[in-house]
Amino acid sequence: MKTTLSALAIACASFSALAADNTLTVYTYDSFAADWGPAPAVEKAFEAQCGCNLEFVALDDGVSILNRLRLENGNSKADIVLGLDNNLMTEAKKTGLLTEHSVDTSSVTIPGGWQDDTFVPYDFSYFAFVYNTEKLTNPPKSLKELVEQRDDLKLIYQDPRTSTPGQGFMLWMKSVYGDDVSQAWQKLAAKTVTVTKGWSEAYSMFLKGESDMVLSYTTSPAYHVIAEDDKRFAAATFSEGHYTQVEVAAKVKGSENEALADQFMQFILSDGFQSAMPTGNWMYPVTDIPLPPGYQSLTVPEKALSFTSDEVATQRKAWIREWQSALTR
Amino acid sequence: MCIAAFVFSALAALFMAAPSLNVLQVWQDPYYRHVTQFSFYQSFLSTLLSVGLALPVAHALSKRDFKAKGLLLKLFSSTLVLPVLVGVFGLLAIYGNSGLMAGWLAQFDQKLPFSIYGLNGILLAHLFFNLPYSARLLLQSLEAIPQEQHKLCAHLGMSQWQKFKWVEWPRLRQQLPHVSGLVFMLCFTSFATVMALGGGPKSTTIELAIYQAIKFDFDLQAGALLAIWQMLLCGLLALAIQRLAKPVAVTTGSTTRQRYLVNDSVGWRIWDGVWIALSILLVVPPLLMVVLSGVNSQIINVLQDARFWQALSASLQVAAVASVIALSAGIAILTTSRRLRLNSRRRSADQIELLGTIILVTPGLVISTGLFLLLRNFTDVFSMAFFIVIAVNALMGLPYVIKTLSQPMLQIEQQYQYLAASLGLRGWQRFKVVEWRGLKKPMAHAFAISFMLAIGDLGAIALFGGQEFRTLPLYLFQLLGSYQMEAAAVVSLTLLILSVACFTLIEKLFKANSRVNDVKY
Repeated sequence: MKTTLSALAIACASFSALAADNTLTVYTYDSFAADWGPAPAVEKAFEAQCGCNLEFVALDDGVSILNRLRLENGNSKADIVLGLDNNLMTEAKKTGLLTEHSVDTSSVTIPGGWQDDTFVPYDFSYFAFVYNTEKLTNPPKSLKELVEQRDDLKLIYQDPRTSTPGQGFMLWMKSVYGDDVSQAWQKLAAKTVTVTKGWSEAYSMFLKGESDMVLSYTTSPAYHVIAEDDKRFAAATFSEGHYTQVEVAAKVKGSENEALADQFMQFILSDGFQSAMPTGNWMYPVTDIPLPPGYQSLTVPEKALSFTSDEVATQRKAWIREWQSALTR
Repeated sequence: MCIAAFVFSALAALFMAAPSLNVLQVWQDPYYRHVTQFSFYQSFLSTLLSVGLALPVAHALSKRDFKAKGLLLKLFSSTLVLPVLVGVFGLLAIYGNSGLMAGWLAQFDQKLPFSIYGLNGILLAHLFFNLPYSARLLLQSLEAIPQEQHKLCAHLGMSQWQKFKWVEWPRLRQQLPHVSGLVFMLCFTSFATVMALGGGPKSTTIELAIYQAIKFDFDLQAGALLAIWQMLLCGLLALAIQRLAKPVAVTTGSTTRQRYLVNDSVGWRIWDGVWIALSILLVVPPLLMVVLSGVNSQIINVLQDARFWQALSASLQVAAVASVIALSAGIAILTTSRRLRLNSRRRSADQIELLGTIILVTPGLVISTGLFLLLRNFTDVFSMAFFIVIAVNALMGLPYVIKTLSQPMLQIEQQYQYLAASLGLRGWQRFKVVEWRGLKKPMAHAFAISFMLAIGDLGAIALFGGQEFRTLPLYLFQLLGSYQMEAAAVVSLTLLILSVACFTLIEKLFKANSRVNDVKY
């Protein structure tokens, strides 16, 4: 039995070795890789300079990327993972499946600056509930108002186990409610239409009119203004502050295309990549490039909330369980 | 032996991955306790509803003849092998938030009074799949009532109620534990239905929790522990069912027999009519909706989408290879077991056949999880997805192959063993001349069943598939997940057509087969 298995394993290993060529494989989430996402522009710009083939593999959402990497346990065909976020960094590093980059991140202009040897940031924004201003004329002014008082509203948010916005929302709730978060989740459950696996399902359901508000970003209305010339959508500003998300990329250890991977990591902070973010991924760029018109009308939260990624790494499992248990009650 | 090794290595991997064999841990964790309770609760309600409502339906069907009855019964026996997601899609198209019923109610400014997501939807779907099937089984036992008893009832001038009480109920009662047990097991291990219609922490079954522990939480230990827990419960359930229910030999009664109706009245007619109408209302509209909504403006787009063709070809490849493997393995097992049986070693023969059917109590997801844990130490599991999915699907088909072929294989050996020995026919030659000629039809039947099961399966593929490798059911699930309803409708219709074609083939073969048998034996 054992010999058969190892023979099988060797056969497969040699098979996958043959498959390596001049292709750089990037794991990302589906809305990044979609035809309407930033991937086509990024791919075109990078392939023009590297003379290689850039391939995006779309997974459900940010947390799924990390899970997939862990499931593959060092046998991944990915060279780069793109789509983890600031909250997941410590946990992702602990897996030992990622390796350090050699990119100079001094050009990064995000609030608080950037210092990390493994991750390179590629965009950022703040979580917020998006609504249609024509249908909802009196949006809640705070997270507490939404959770405790507004029984007239229906919401959609994402699963914290698979999605980085979902996880961000969990952290947002935790930072506002602390130890009382269980009751808050239960109150929220009565207003929840559904909890989706990823951001794109949630947002398309909201656009089809299945809910009054959806968890997204303060920058999402820019999409409607710029791409559709539609000024109806807005992000509700909450008095407690908004949770920050910085999306990051990293190199996978043992990549067969190390040189290409380094080149891509450098490319992330170049204008070619960054200029695709505001109008492709609908997030703020991390370097100092001019923002397209339409971004000026967005509200920037006065107070930005965040946990350190160390705190998240130690508490995440317990907080997810808190959410799960509250919803089963 | 290979199968046993396969299953046991998968299970061994599970045990190794579990941190301790303390299954009680599952019970001590409040979330998993909720999941376990929910699994039992929903299976109990599903069984109660499906079997409880199947009783009057079967009773009504046994008494009444109508034009489309044959067709309806065929439909009834097909719901169980229908790809689960196709049924779910049909139900969504009617009872969903933007389904037919919601649209109809909106005309009167009413809102849909229930949501199909959660327990409601799970129960509805289980009812849709299991009520027709249980009605069919119960009907068979009613039809097995000898003519003489019907005559006697008429002579004695029994009322319908008396006849039910003294003649029909005892028959039904015999069959009830068996049917209920079967339905309970099916609902308990239900995966695709719960994944599509439940899935929130509130309505999650153990089967789904295994999947989520691995894919969502990357908690391999919890996954392994839950898989063992699930297997334990399934094993216990199977044992309990076997204890409670001695399967009654079911003969397929002829439907052309004469009826002796006792004291028929308008009231009874209405009663029977209502039940039959209700059952039709449950089964037919969802299937009809799959056909109707499948023909839409998206059809061209879907047919031009490379992903559709990739999924279709992956599905066909997986199903074809899996069924070939299931068939070969089944024949190999039966060749051994019939030899043993004819050498009067019945016990060993039974044991070998039992090995093949052990899969019935080990849910596919449990095997998949074990394989997953085993293989990830050696290689990139996802690049081997194709082979693993085939292997798991082949295993799932095996019990049905064995069930279909065990009698014919034994008979043909009894008939030809001496002739073959005296002619010196052995091995492949013998298979070609004796088995293949005699058993072409049942083999094709077994093949078609495992093909149909494999083509609708959403167990192994959910764990191993992804953007790079997906079958039609997974593609349909992804489309449903991103609310691309029109594209999903086209894929549903394709799956429905595939399985209807397969089913018709079986029916044809079965008919042809019985004729051949009549001539031959």
